[in-house]
Amino acid sequence: MATKVVMEALSPTMEEGRLVKWLKNEGDQVKNGETLAEVETDKAIMELVARGEGVLRKRLLNENDAAPVGQLIAVIAAPDENIDALVSGAGGAAAAPAAPATASAGATPVPRGPAQSQGEASTPPQEKVASAAPPAPPPGRPAAPPAPSAAPSGNGGGRMRSSPLARRMASENGLDLQGVQGSGPGGRIIKRDIEAAVASGAAQQPAAARVAPAGEDYRDAPLTQIRKTIARRLSESIGPIPTFYLTAEFDMERVAEMRAAMVAMGDEFKVSFNDIVLKAVATALAQHPEVNAHWLGDKIRYFNRVHLGMAVAIEDGLITPVVFDADQKRMSEISREARELAKRARERKLKPDEYTGSTFSVSNLGMFGIDQFTAIINPPEVGILAIGALEEKPVVIDGALAHRKRMRVTMSCDHRVVDGALGARFLQTLRRLIENPLMLVY
Amino acid sequence: MPVITYRDALNQALREEMHRDDRVFIMGEEVAVYQGAYKVSKGLLQEFGEMRVVDTPITELGFAGVGVGAAMVGLRPIIEFMTWNFALLAIDQVVNSAAKMLYMSGGQYNMPMVFRGPNGAALQLSAQHSQAWESWLAHIPGLKVVAPGTPYDAKGLLKSAIRDDNPVIVLEGEMLYNTKGEVPENEEVIVPLGKAELKREGEHASIITHGKMVLTALQAADQLGKQGINVDVVDLRTIRPMDIDAITTSVRKTNRAVVLEEGWEICGVGAQVVDYIQRDCFDDLDAPVVRVHQADVPMPYAKNLERAAKPDAVKTVAAVKKVMYLE
Repeated sequence: MATKVVMEALSPTMEEGRLVKWLKNEGDQVKNGETLAEVETDKAIMELVARGEGVLRKRLLNENDAAPVGQLIAVIAAPDENIDALVSGAGGAAAAPAAPATASAGATPVPRGPAQSQGEASTPPQEKVASAAPPAPPPGRPAAPPAPSAAPSGNGGGRMRSSPLARRMASENGLDLQGVQGSGPGGRIIKRDIEAAVASGAAQQPAAARVAPAGEDYRDAPLTQIRKTIARRLSESIGPIPTFYLTAEFDMERVAEMRAAMVAMGDEFKVSFNDIVLKAVATALAQHPEVNAHWLGDKIRYFNRVHLGMAVAIEDGLITPVVFDADQKRMSEISREARELAKRARERKLKPDEYTGSTFSVSNLGMFGIDQFTAIINPPEVGILAIGALEEKPVVIDGALAHRKRMRVTMSCDHRVVDGALGARFLQTLRRLIENPLMLVY
Repeated sequence: MPVITYRDALNQALREEMHRDDRVFIMGEEVAVYQGAYKVSKGLLQEFGEMRVVDTPITELGFAGVGVGAAMVGLRPIIEFMTWNFALLAIDQVVNSAAKMLYMSGGQYNMPMVFRGPNGAALQLSAQHSQAWESWLAHIPGLKVVAPGTPYDAKGLLKSAIRDDNPVIVLEGEMLYNTKGEVPENEEVIVPLGKAELKREGEHASIITHGKMVLTALQAADQLGKQGINVDVVDLRTIRPMDIDAITTSVRKTNRAVVLEEGWEICGVGAQVVDYIQRDCFDDLDAPVVRVHQADVPMPYAKNLERAAKPDAVKTVAAVKKVMYLE
């Protein structure tokens, strides 16, 4: 049986993908799960893996060309199998990506009658295309499901097969089903596959950090009339997100002292100013869940966990990878994670679950010498903090002129959720933390 | 604790209830002088007399209707059908009179009556006399339907049925009458309507069943146990109203379900059970629910064909292995 390789949706919002590079040549033997090609999605460069075994018989998409999700881009089959019908039908495949594979003479019948009606009829995986070769199973018996070892993961661009329980367990364990090999009929991913994947530590680190009992991660608040009115009136006044800005200047002397002390202790204690700010923002958000929220149109979702997005400039745009549960992490952890995320963002290697799910964001242009700027809210979040450069300035302290290290931050607030006083209180907390940074390591 | 037959358990229930409440009487073919076609009413004529233990002509529609009238004027009749296959002749009284009376009289007439008798196949009684009717009866709003699988449940459910103010269908089994089980002697045995019971506790899969098939499920559970597979056996006991919580609690625990019933597949009781499972346990399922039931044919007379058509422990074991992906 041949396996159709189609352009898969490798990000939640991907509609088409550009084939960056084929990693297998025509005629190469490929195994189930082996990487066939690199594909650029709207967000990152992802790996496209084989969903079946055999020889990569035909590549139907050139490098650098793009194909819509669902389009047939290659065929994996036995060396001597006739794939002409598949290849010639390639043009139309995009129109009906989920259409059942071409039924030919040997297509597996799905018997169902009184004699074997006890039990679910066995269905061949959609993506598998029966050629003339395999004989039909004897009549009167349901077709046997493929043996687990030979089972494809059944995800050739159509639906990934998985039991509802497996999906729930995967989500609870922060596991991406894409990487799980299914052992059920037609490659269905079932409970034992998830258990095996979890046991083997396949759960991604950032995703795993998100594990928590369902329902405790956030609280939905229905919109009160006053919130509805504020939302409507202010949206009329200024764009769809009625934003206002709060700027504050923080004294950074103590942060600088602390950082200098840490750097002096050795490289392993070295953290950046940005790391310290991230830690402070996360801590302040944990104390102000009213700011750590999403505007959902008909309600406001207040999060009990702090997932901090950090804007990272990349070659042709920007992306906001997420430090999950940032308030729960030590400064060293945030530092390591932020560095790693930024590096992979620049290499365009981030996975979708690493740049979605933030509850608040921070953007820092301090390293470019920008004193102060306003950042644009990343909806449905309701706030973003723009961090300016740290600079030495004359300030008046206790009636005397002194020179101090100072930093300006500007918070953009979605007025539908965050009122001026609320944003100000949040910045007060943040000031207290940053000007007394030992509170961050307490 | 005394071990008695299912037959004697029913007999005890009838006797105790007739002693407790003199409005209770039993009526049907051969229930009095002959002591019951299956001896369920043994000794009752001698004990309670011919006013309360009444032989009828072979007129199912007629005596079912007399029962409805008696219930309307405040008696508590127990109508015995020699088998539920014969009760088809009385179905208009059951469905159109008994089940509708409270509703159509605007609450003026309760219908405190019981229709009871053996249901389902015995051995080589052929197509017309081997039928399981629970899905027909449970379909009807206004009826309650119970299907005891053990002597204890037979006694407890029949007593609850007699005490209920609504028409209750009691589905017994010819093959069950001689089965034995513990039934306490000096205490009131009452099994509430609408409550299932976990007859066996396991972790790997749930077998949900009722009536005669409870024994089949327990046999299957024994065979599976020897292979290290432990199953929940949920005995519905009452088919209407059904104990949905018992079903979903078990399936949420095991993530896999087999629904076993004696009757046919199409629109069977099992279809309703599967519906509750898919509605309430969608995210708990690791495999599609599998049903085990009679083959979709009139029951054959030939012994080998009859065996092939009936649900049994072997088919149930295979179904459990299927939902566990062990096939």
